[in-house]
Amino acid sequence: MDARRGFLLADTPGIAHRPAPTVRLRDFTRRFGANTVIDGLDLDIAPGEFIALLGRSGSGKTTLLRTLAGLDDARGQDVTVPAARAVVFQDARLMPWKKVWRNVTLGLRGRDTRARAERALDEVGLGHRLDAWPLTLSGGEAQRTALARALAREPQLLLLDEPFAALDALTRLRMHDLVLSLWRAHNPAILLVTHDVDEAIALADRVLVLDHGRIVGEERIDAPRGERDGIARELRESLLNWLGVRPGASNEGNGVVRLAAARP
Amino acid sequence: MATIAPNVGMAPTADRQRTFRLPTLRAGRWLSPILLLLLWELASRTGLIPERTLAAPSTVIGTLVEMVVSGELPSNLLVSFGRASIGLAIGLAVGIVLALIAGLSRQGEVAIDPLMQIKRTIPVVALSPLLIVWFGIGETTKITLIAFAAVFPVYINLYSGIRAVDARLIDAGRSFGLSRLELIQHVILPGALPSLLVGLRFSLSVAIIVLVIAEQINASAGLGYLINNARDFMRTDIIVVCLMVYALLGLGADWLVRAIESRALAWRPSILEQ
Repeated sequence: MDARRGFLLADTPGIAHRPAPTVRLRDFTRRFGANTVIDGLDLDIAPGEFIALLGRSGSGKTTLLRTLAGLDDARGQDVTVPAARAVVFQDARLMPWKKVWRNVTLGLRGRDTRARAERALDEVGLGHRLDAWPLTLSGGEAQRTALARALAREPQLLLLDEPFAALDALTRLRMHDLVLSLWRAHNPAILLVTHDVDEAIALADRVLVLDHGRIVGEERIDAPRGERDGIARELRESLLNWLGVRPGASNEGNGVVRLAAARP
Repeated sequence: MATIAPNVGMAPTADRQRTFRLPTLRAGRWLSPILLLLLWELASRTGLIPERTLAAPSTVIGTLVEMVVSGELPSNLLVSFGRASIGLAIGLAVGIVLALIAGLSRQGEVAIDPLMQIKRTIPVVALSPLLIVWFGIGETTKITLIAFAAVFPVYINLYSGIRAVDARLIDAGRSFGLSRLELIQHVILPGALPSLLVGLRFSLSVAIIVLVIAEQINASAGLGYLINNARDFMRTDIIVVCLMVYALLGLGADWLVRAIESRALAWRPSILEQ
């Protein structure tokens, strides 16, 4: 499947001192007719790196994610992604006709897949819902099942497509913690696509801002998670600036931004 | 069909009013049909409705018992049931295979769908003269008519069901490395199953309708034969008995689909809540 989609698979370790990047894109361009969605994009994601990708609607985020997920053809392009990768979508996209554990094992090869599903579901705190039908799950539970489904594949690259956008604020915070603890335990490279600047700052090692198919801004965050309050304001301003939002300047009901900027 | 069961469970105090009222209302649903039967019986006994117009309910029940005991009804019912089953089986098999081909491949769609749409415009019953010319007035004509009628509902529902499977679920399946065959097995077919069952329900009822019509064509056994015979002798009681049996066949078909649905679609919220 990967060869057909024109990928190079990066599972051979690099010869240089630095480990080979898990994801490597060079001059990646994607057009739909006359519309250039992604324009000469270069991207490296190191093994185990947590990247947040910010961008407005139509900035090319989804297209980039679909390419990395192997859902879109990348033939003839310099695109390298690992063979072991998994996606968590905004809507959990569980097959409603398969019980929770069968959703987790969907597409898994090998024996004893139920035990693997059980382990993954235990890790996201859903060990007791193995045999539940997906339509009986709450939004948070469905999203945790989707996380377990991704984890069970032991991915080197985990793609998160606005996975918390549809959840209530409290559940979202719990999911942040869960994703971080899973990331620490399994250490995949993560690309988190999000609209939420604060979410990006709270979770990522590196935040990229995509606009009109180009990376227009990048922030590396070295401060440990949980100790980022001090730098958050400055980061937020520069990220919002790249996103084309000028904090404090707008009067058209952009209360979130003004409030955030006003905080000391 | 809704089964009407008296609610005899012990009700918690908070629900007493609701559970107290429900059985009375449900029992009330029996009232008007029973009243109608009584009026009918009364009208027959007083001679208001002559026997040759419509037999009394009591006569109908007597005839029913008589026909069952003599074996006349079971043997003819079996003949009709056989016709419907064979025709239906052929129709369903053809409809499902064609829908899979048209639904799962573009070439299949181009090849099959126009033909099916043309077929749909021809009323099935209008084919009977042609079929009689080809196959005579025997079983083949009757079974072909039923099969022909049963093909389309299951075809169109399964075909559109396959095409309507959520593209986001297919994407998710692909992102987990499912092959095309696995996608069909794990995503597309289960997703189209509810539509297939809707089609099955339509096919079943159309098969029974066409069975009735086909049996009017010179049958020498079966429910239609009984009815035709009864007409010649003005035996309205036998006609009513056969109508009841047709109704029971329809009820049975409905029950069958419901049983399949509650097993195959156990994941659906409407069934989960029950």
